[in-house]
This record gives sequence, structure tokens and C-alpha cells, in this order.
Amino acid sequence: MQTKRTTFTNRGLPYALVLPQLAITAIFFLWPAGQAFYQSFLRQDAFGFRTTFVWLDNYERLFADPSYLNSLWVTAIFAISTTVVSIGLALALAAAVDRMIRSARAYTTLLVWPYAVAPVVAGILWWFMFNPTIGILPYILDQFGYDWNHSLSRLDAMVLIVLAASWKQISYNFLFFLAGLQSIPHSLTEAAAIDGAGPVKRFFTIILPLLSPTTFFLMVVNVVYAMFDTFGIVHGTTEGGPAQSTNILVYKVYNDGFIGLNLGSSAAQSVVLMSIVVTLTVIQFRYIERRVEY
Amino acid sequence: MAGIEIKNVRKTYAGGVEAIKGIDLTIPDGKLVVLVGPSGCGKSTLLRMIAGLETITDGTIEIGDKVVNKLEPAERDIAMVFQNYALYPHMSVRGNLAYGLKNRGTPKVEIAERIEEAARILEITPFLDRKPRQLSGGQRQRVAMGRAIVRQPKAFLFDEPLSNLDAKLRGHMRVEIRRLQRTFKTTAVYVTHDQLEAMTLADKLVVMNAGRIEQMGKPLDVYANPQSLFVAAFMGSPGMNLIAVGELQALGVGLPDAIPASTGTLGLRPEDVTLEAPAEPHIVIDASLDAVELVGSESLVYARAQGIEKDIVVRTPGIHPGEPGDALTLHVAHSALHCFEQTTGRKVEIQRAA
Ligand SMILES: Nc1ncnc2c1ncn2[C@@H]1O[C@H](COP(=O)(O)OP(=O)(O)O)[C@@H](O)[C@H]1O
Ligand SMILES: [Mg+2]
Repeated sequence: MQTKRTTFTNRGLPYALVLPQLAITAIFFLWPAGQAFYQSFLRQDAFGFRTTFVWLDNYERLFADPSYLNSLWVTAIFAISTTVVSIGLALALAAAVDRMIRSARAYTTLLVWPYAVAPVVAGILWWFMFNPTIGILPYILDQFGYDWNHSLSRLDAMVLIVLAASWKQISYNFLFFLAGLQSIPHSLTEAAAIDGAGPVKRFFTIILPLLSPTTFFLMVVNVVYAMFDTFGIVHGTTEGGPAQSTNILVYKVYNDGFIGLNLGSSAAQSVVLMSIVVTLTVIQFRYIERRVEY
Repeated sequence: MAGIEIKNVRKTYAGGVEAIKGIDLTIPDGKLVVLVGPSGCGKSTLLRMIAGLETITDGTIEIGDKVVNKLEPAERDIAMVFQNYALYPHMSVRGNLAYGLKNRGTPKVEIAERIEEAARILEITPFLDRKPRQLSGGQRQRVAMGRAIVRQPKAFLFDEPLSNLDAKLRGHMRVEIRRLQRTFKTTAVYVTHDQLEAMTLADKLVVMNAGRIEQMGKPLDVYANPQSLFVAAFMGSPGMNLIAVGELQALGVGLPDAIPASTGTLGLRPEDVTLEAPAEPHIVIDASLDAVELVGSESLVYARAQGIEKDIVVRTPGIHPGEPGDALTLHVAHSALHCFEQTTGRKVEIQRAA
């Protein structure tokens, strides 16, 4: 591939142009990350009078702490469920819109809206709808004999944050799937129809395999989203409860650091999160570069 | 095997475009029928209605004496070769050939046999385990043919299958398709905008224009006897010289009395215009040489006559030695003149003296 090269006459100019961006990255990302990394080796007493360097002690304690292991487990369940739900529903919606000839654009616009909603607002929205006393959904569920209460039931709480998190992410997935579907030539499905495959078979044997690069990309993006971008949703709905059942990693960092004031442990947790995100990003780039083979 | 019967078929698309305006056509069992016409005349639409990929607005289509209007594409037992080949990119060549058979529940052993056979005939055996993107255009074309052949369908439908190939390969594949169709004796409908392809392939040639059939018949009959100005101009390369009668008269060309009074345009095939006077009665046009195109075995001489808007093309054997500006005398035998009516553009016969 040929890349466009711009030639600067002044050697300093290109560096000057990227300087603001570099400064922002350094001040708001590299510096706090470095701080967190440094702090994860320190321990402060409760009043902040004394700070001692404790090497890997914070990490050792972390992985011996049942509440942290619980949080890891909860995060895994949450991330996987959110990914499955948001990808599944987005694919179904994209397939439906792709079949439409007329009002496809109107539906696309409507379906993209949730993406513009801030996570906390989305959380509160769902919190309202699922509120055991005033919400509409518990009322409906009650008619079917299900007693919804996410402040008591661990399952209900998990379902609630998965729904709220998925709902926000569906828009994003939907756009990618729709673009993916529209890039599959019609003649392929027509050829398959002539070859005796019904609509369902065509979907699973032709369309889905051709969407696999998109699906893989979205899987990574959604896992990253569920693990790191859902603080607001948890904060707006369950606040990690009941009994730590929705206390996902990002929320626990905040809880332990800012509420519990255990800065050393909180910093160590941040570093763990950071390494997870780096790993996922590396996987992502590796695969995107090579493309998924089909 | 089965013939296809198209009765008064119309197609209006959702947007209101009337793509097919009433077509009656018989495609005889085992024959290769070519639909030819300029882009946008409705060839693909008609073919896709036969395949079941478009609904039929009005009229009926029968395949083997059975009305198929309401049948799904799969139930019509046809195979189609698309212009872009439409090979499944995630499947190997073998997978592509097997897909339609698997869907129909063909036993595994038979699938393998049929694939072997088709691959042998099309000489694609070495590529059976490759993916389509690892093949050249010509090889993909063969795989697309193979996918049609293995199914052993009642009819083959081709939608401009050769237009993505280079000229040499196109000529080669054209012969190949003809040979295969003859071998299997499977009814085939072939759509193309290329009149040369149409002429060489067809058992029966159907010239379409703006959603209607303009003329049909044996290729050479259509060529020798175009029934309208449209067909006269479309068939042949270069096409027929079409000259207004008024322009010839203004030039003082003596036209035979037999030409009907209603004639507006005269048609002269480039090969019927000669530089030497023929023995039979003929017309004479004085012109001057404008340009010469040497095609190798023959030359195309572009002659300019005063008052005639377009150059008259003359096809003459060998290499024409003339220079631009040379005076030329063009001769056309009376028997080679085609007369077209002023008002309708339809052909009118010359009244021959008994
Ligand atoms: N899906 C469609 N919707 C609306 N109009 C169409 C559609 N497909 C084709 N047409 C129109 O129908 C006419 C015939 O098209 P087509 O059958 O593809 O022509 P051809 O194959 O001879 O080039 C054209 O005017 C084209 O614009
Ligand atoms: Mg076409």
C-alpha cells in the first residue's frame, strides 16, 4: 500500500504539531498510570502519616483476598454476558434492518441513539425501569409471578447491569454489523438460494462466516467496554451490591481507593486492570493485522 | 431437462420502473437461447424472473410444463452463473461445488463422484482445495460453471458470465460454454450485451430493447434480415450504415424505383459496400476517403460523402492502400439494400419485379 507523505520544510514543525496531543497523553494518562504503578508498591497508614515501600505485598494480598477473587469472577460473568447479549441482539437487529428496503435509514438512526447516552444516565434509566417499588418492569414481571428485586437477589442485580450495559453497546455493534452485512454481495445469498438453502441456512452457512472478522473485532471491543467502561452503569444501579455480587473490577478500584481509602491496594488493582486492557489490545491488533482467515 | 415457456410476462419494480413490458418467448428443450440488448433493456430482469430471484408482476413462466411463478428459486431446479461469479469466499472450490448438492441431501459418495467428474471436464481438479481468492478470473469462471454443472439442473441461466474476463479468455470460454451446453444438452438462457458473443453462441437469438423483444430467430437470419432500425444498428460490428433517403437523393444518387415510398432510411452492411462495381444492378455513391483502419486480414475504410452526416464504413479484404482525401466510388447492389420505414423504423420489403 502506498502512503501519502507530506514533506515539511521545517524539521521542528511536525513535532510542534503533535506536542499538544503528546502533552495531554502524558499529563492525563502516562503520569497517573506511572503514579498508580508506583503507588501499588507503597502502603499508607489510615491517616496518611506514614508511607512504606512494601514491594509486591499489595499484589500478594490482592490475590489472596476472597473479595478480589469474587470481583474477578463477577467481572468475567458480566463481561461475557454483556458481550453475548449485545452482539446477539445487535446482529439480529442488523439482519432485520438489512432486509428492509424502505425505512432502513430511519431505523438505523433510532437504533444509534442509545450510544449517545452517558453511562450513568443509562444506569439510572434502567434503575428506574427496574425499581422494585416504582418501576414498570418489576410490575409486569409480578403479573407473571416473578418477584423482581435487584437489591436483594444476586441474579436480578447481575441481569440488571448486563441489560443496562448491553443496551448501550448494541448501537455500536449494530452499526458494524449493518456495514458488514451490506458489504456482502447480494449475489452470494441469491446463489445460495438457488443452491437450495433456506433463509436460516443461508444465514448460518454464508452470512455468519463472512461476518466473522466483524464479530471477532466486536467481541474484543465489547469485553473491553464491559470491563472498563461500565463504572457509571454499576454506580447508577446496584453500586456493587447486593453482597458484592455486582462489584466488578473497575467499581472495586473506586470503592477500595476512594471510599475505603486503601490507596495501595487500589493502585495494585488498577495496574492489574491496565495489564488486562493491554493484553486485549495486543490480541486485537495482532488479529486485525492478519485478518480472520476465511 | 425441460423447455421454458414465457407467456405475456411483465415486470414493474417497486419504484414504478417498468422493466419488462410484455414478453412472449419459447425456449426449446436443450437449446441455448441468447438474450441480447443494450444495458438496461431488461435482460437480467427477465432472467432473474426465470430464476425466481424477482417476482413476476404479470404473466406466467413455465419450466417443463409447470408454472413456476410461485416457486422458490431452489424449487425451480435451475442453476445460475453470475457476472461476478458469486463464489462463496469462505469455502474451498470443492465446498462451493458441494454446497448445492449437500443442501439437497445428495449422498456423500455421489457428491464426490459428481465433483470429480465436473472438475475433470472443466480442468479445475488441481484447484479443488483452494479458496476462490487464490484463483485467477478465468479459473473462478470455471468454478462458477462447475457449480452449475454438478447440480445437473433442468436449465442453466447465465447473466453476462464472461464480461469480467479479458478479450482472449472471453473468446476461449465462449467456445467452452458452447461445447459444454452441447454435451449436456441442457436448456440454457444466456444474457449478454455483446452482439458477437450472442451471434456465436445462440441457437436462437432474442434481441431486446426497452423491455420488449425487438426480433428473434436464428442468429444469421437476424443478422441478414434485421426487422428494425434498432436491430440493424445493434447487430454487427461495425454496425450497418444507416443513411437517410433524403440525403442520398440530395447527393444525386440514383435509387431503384422498387424502393417503397414510405422508406425513410436505407441500411447498408459494411461488407455489402464495394469499391469495385458489381455485375448486378447497384447504386453508386461518390465519396472521399476519410480514414482507414487496418484490422489485419481486412480494412475498414471510412468514406465521407457530401451532405451525409456520418462516414460510410466499407469493409474490404486485404490492406487498402488509399490516403485521406482520395476519391472513392462506392457501390451497393440493389439486392443488398435494407429499407426502413420513415415513421416506425420497421423494415419494409423492396418490391421485386417479378
Ligand atoms: N431492483 C431494481 N429496482 C428498480 N429498478 C430496477 C431494479 N433492477 C433493475 N431495475 C431497472 O430495470 C431496468 C432493466 O434492468 P436490467 O434488467 O438490469 O437491465 P440489463 O440487464 O438489460 O442491463 C433498468 O432500467 C434498471 O434501472
Ligand atoms: Mg444485466
